[in-house]
Amino acid sequence: MTITRDDVINWINEYGRVIAENKDYLTQLDSAIGDADHGANMDRGFKAALAKLPSVADKDIGTIFKSVGMTLVQTVGGAGGPLYGTFFMQAGTATANKMELTAADWSAALEAALSGVVARGKAQLGDKTMVDALTPALNALKQAVADGADQNECLRRSTSAAEQGMKDTIPLVARKGRASYLGERSAGHQDPGATSSFLLLKAAADMWAK
Amino acid sequence: MKKLINKPEDVVIEELKGIEYAHPDLVKIHYDPNFITRADAPVKNKVAILSGGGSGHEPMHGGFVGMGMLDAACPGAVFTSPTPDQMLEATKAVNGGKGVLHIVKNYTGDIMNFEMAADLARAEGIEVEAVVTNDDVAVQDSLYTAGRRGVGITVIAEKMCGAAAEQKRSLKEVADICRKVNGWGRSMGMALTSCTVPHAGKPTFDLPEDEMEIGIGIHGEPGRTRMKLKSADEVTAMLMEPIINDLPYKAGDNVLLFVNGMGGTPLVELYIIYRKAYEIATKAGLKVARNLVGPYITSLEMAGCSITMLKLDDDLTKLWDEPVKTPGLRWGV
Repeated sequence: MTITRDDVINWINEYGRVIAENKDYLTQLDSAIGDADHGANMDRGFKAALAKLPSVADKDIGTIFKSVGMTLVQTVGGAGGPLYGTFFMQAGTATANKMELTAADWSAALEAALSGVVARGKAQLGDKTMVDALTPALNALKQAVADGADQNECLRRSTSAAEQGMKDTIPLVARKGRASYLGERSAGHQDPGATSSFLLLKAAADMWAK
Repeated sequence: MKKLINKPEDVVIEELKGIEYAHPDLVKIHYDPNFITRADAPVKNKVAILSGGGSGHEPMHGGFVGMGMLDAACPGAVFTSPTPDQMLEATKAVNGGKGVLHIVKNYTGDIMNFEMAADLARAEGIEVEAVVTNDDVAVQDSLYTAGRRGVGITVIAEKMCGAAAEQKRSLKEVADICRKVNGWGRSMGMALTSCTVPHAGKPTFDLPEDEMEIGIGIHGEPGRTRMKLKSADEVTAMLMEPIINDLPYKAGDNVLLFVNGMGGTPLVELYIIYRKAYEIATKAGLKVARNLVGPYITSLEMAGCSITMLKLDDDLTKLWDEPVKTPGLRWGV
């Protein structure tokens, strides 16, 4: 499995497109259990991140990730800004000076990104947050790498675990973020953060499939 | 959606421009990153007070920038926390050498963004202390949620901390005032209607014509119960009871009673609520020594109100009476 710098740039661009396309959908999920801003916030952040991409496109993957992370922190606001910003900044630290990623590199980057998100947001598995999509995705990716699966298979397994994790947030009662104020009434709704995280990994799989 | 706006994405920037034209004697507006400071910032040898949060709660926080209250406010997008770069630049702009107090309402996004900003400011050698407000008694199950929300007490904390800072108290002393006000204050709100976030374009939640939501948050977060609309006196009792039953009031205490409008409720109704709240407090043996009535921490055009009560001691009472000169709150000058 090899992910080149161009693959990484294509992924960020694709995710920006997917977020724009799903802006209203994410906002709709967020108005059910949050404050109806997730789609607009993410769209504003990724538009800004995409605008800055050309200025770092000739740098290493770590620098590209850090640029995306810093831009998100400065433009998204809400909880999404620090969380997705931290995700990319930690992924950037894990991939510093790399011009391409092996399966193990990608797994290590995702692990660092998820650890950063957990440290910043203090959410645990089952709290009905983005962690519920990212954690099973990372576990599936690690297992696939350990099994020696090829690139497509690694990406397929982690994306499908993220999708399952996202769907599994539906019956959960939220314990973090604004949705937690709903208590039992938050059950029956899919978490918008878990949804945007699934879309993030799905965009990677779509762009990186050989 | 029916709103007096141009484009949803220009709401905050055009509001800032309006404030700049309206109050050049009081405040200075900074753009990219966006923040508001006192016109005379930084004030040397004074602790600076900074707050911030999503827009849509006006006059909080930008309307409380000025002598005797905030040194800076950072406006986020509507109902969205501002970002660390705004907070860092604002912190630097108002730092007068005695440190900067960040007053942060307890919302997940606000907490995370302010934590990142405080880390960055400390890394630049600025002494920063952050105090979180969480006075909303509507949130009962604090252990399994993001905790009680910061609402009405934030306005009072900003006023009293601002006064304490003008008296040249230290950063720790001003932060202690903030913690005391938060610890001694309780709030509860209610809504008659939802509100519409400009970029969302439709109401945040559905509330039928004949129903109300008791315990609402300032972003339309749901409260304790939804029920058929009741009279003003019954609604006031439903808000006052959980406030009085929650610590720390006891008969004989002096209190500050604050009846706040959510944005879409006229003063005539707020005074009807204040009248009943005053009677309930008095009946409970509390002496309403100070008050505030009006829309100060709003939720766009939501109809509804919130009640905040703060136990007062001599120091807090004096801090409340000190002069203040801001676009949103002004007396004694």
